[in-house]
Amino acid sequence: MSDAKSLSPAEMPHSAAAKEVTRRDFLNEITLGALGIAGLGSVAVTYQYFSPNVLFEPSTTFRAGNPDLYPVHSVTFLQDQQVYIVRMPEGFYAVSAVCTHLGCITQWKPDSDMIACPCHGSKFKPEGTKIEGPAPRPLPHFVISLTADGELLVDKLQIIKPSQVLKV
Amino acid sequence: MATTFQSALQNLRETKVWKSIFRRGPANTNRTRSLAVFGNLFLHWMPVKVREKSLGVRASYYLGSISFILFIVLFVTGILLMFYYHPAAPHAYRDMKDLQFVVSNGVFLRNLHRLAAHLMVFAVFWHMFHVFYRGGYKPPHEFNWVVGVVLLLVTLFLSYTGYLLPWDQLAFWAVTVGTNIISAMPFIGNKVRFLLLGGNIVGENALLRFYVLHVVILPLVAFVLIGIHFWRVQKDGGLTVKPKDEDGKE
Repeated sequence: MSDAKSLSPAEMPHSAAAKEVTRRDFLNEITLGALGIAGLGSVAVTYQYFSPNVLFEPSTTFRAGNPDLYPVHSVTFLQDQQVYIVRMPEGFYAVSAVCTHLGCITQWKPDSDMIACPCHGSKFKPEGTKIEGPAPRPLPHFVISLTADGELLVDKLQIIKPSQVLKV
Repeated sequence: MATTFQSALQNLRETKVWKSIFRRGPANTNRTRSLAVFGNLFLHWMPVKVREKSLGVRASYYLGSISFILFIVLFVTGILLMFYYHPAAPHAYRDMKDLQFVVSNGVFLRNLHRLAAHLMVFAVFWHMFHVFYRGGYKPPHEFNWVVGVVLLLVTLFLSYTGYLLPWDQLAFWAVTVGTNIISAMPFIGNKVRFLLLGGNIVGENALLRFYVLHVVILPLVAFVLIGIHFWRVQKDGGLTVKPKDEDGKE
């Protein structure tokens, strides 16, 4: 650049010309940047479009009736909700009936005192602990409480520790 | 009789309509035959000359062609089935049963579609094994091998999405289990499952999504990839043919 002679951009040494941002480069970068932002934006709104805001699915909170319906030492399967209401001497708890392996609905086997999955043979104790696989995790426990009018209320969105039971 | 037919054909070839469709004239020399192939949309990706050996049964066992013919059968029967099928609960299951017991020849179409789908999975796998054991994936065919593997996956996705559409117990539990496998993906698994099903359970949204994938998106992808696949076979120098030994035997 110290060269006194005036040079046209084409005649300039390569390193000097590279520093120069031409109008074409500038417009190219602006356009590509704008297209990139628009592209990312359309990915985002498409993702939003494909995630439904309203789901016509069964409510995750439900009433399970009066506690007296369930005798002590009993496991009751609620088919519509896919939940077991278990009443043991220490209290009530609600165990998911959906197998933690691949989502099949398990069955309570009173004769052998365990919950078994028909799809791939996982077995659980009534409190949800795994006896044998392929299920990777025990069956989760849901929050169970009493409503003001004395009915059992289960919330399937909230998972609690198996040690927490409802005493009625 | 023959001359009357030939002169009638000659007259037809002289008409403006014929000449506007077939610009090259009769394909009676090597040059006009190649021009006929070049000038036809459905043939232009074909080579104008092929080695006789690559047309033999042992070169390919026609497994690619069989897969393609099954795809066309599935395309035609699938469109016909769409005239009697609503992708919604509870219609979907009833429509499937109606196709079996009420609609004339419906059971034939449904079984043709179902069996052709099973056969296509079988044929595509066999095609892949054949190409693999012949070394057909080696350069210069490596790109077409990748396209073929993607086509295998598209075939499997087509099978899987079609499996839900009868909306029976088998379909429901197959998709419940399959989409739970997806949710085992680290970090994004549950999100991908939610998007694929349009909810947390296999319900009406899932049926509609699988239907759209099955009848629009995946067939379109398959058509484009099949086009590239066929075209690349020619551009990469035709089918892999085993070279002859020195004494002329294979």
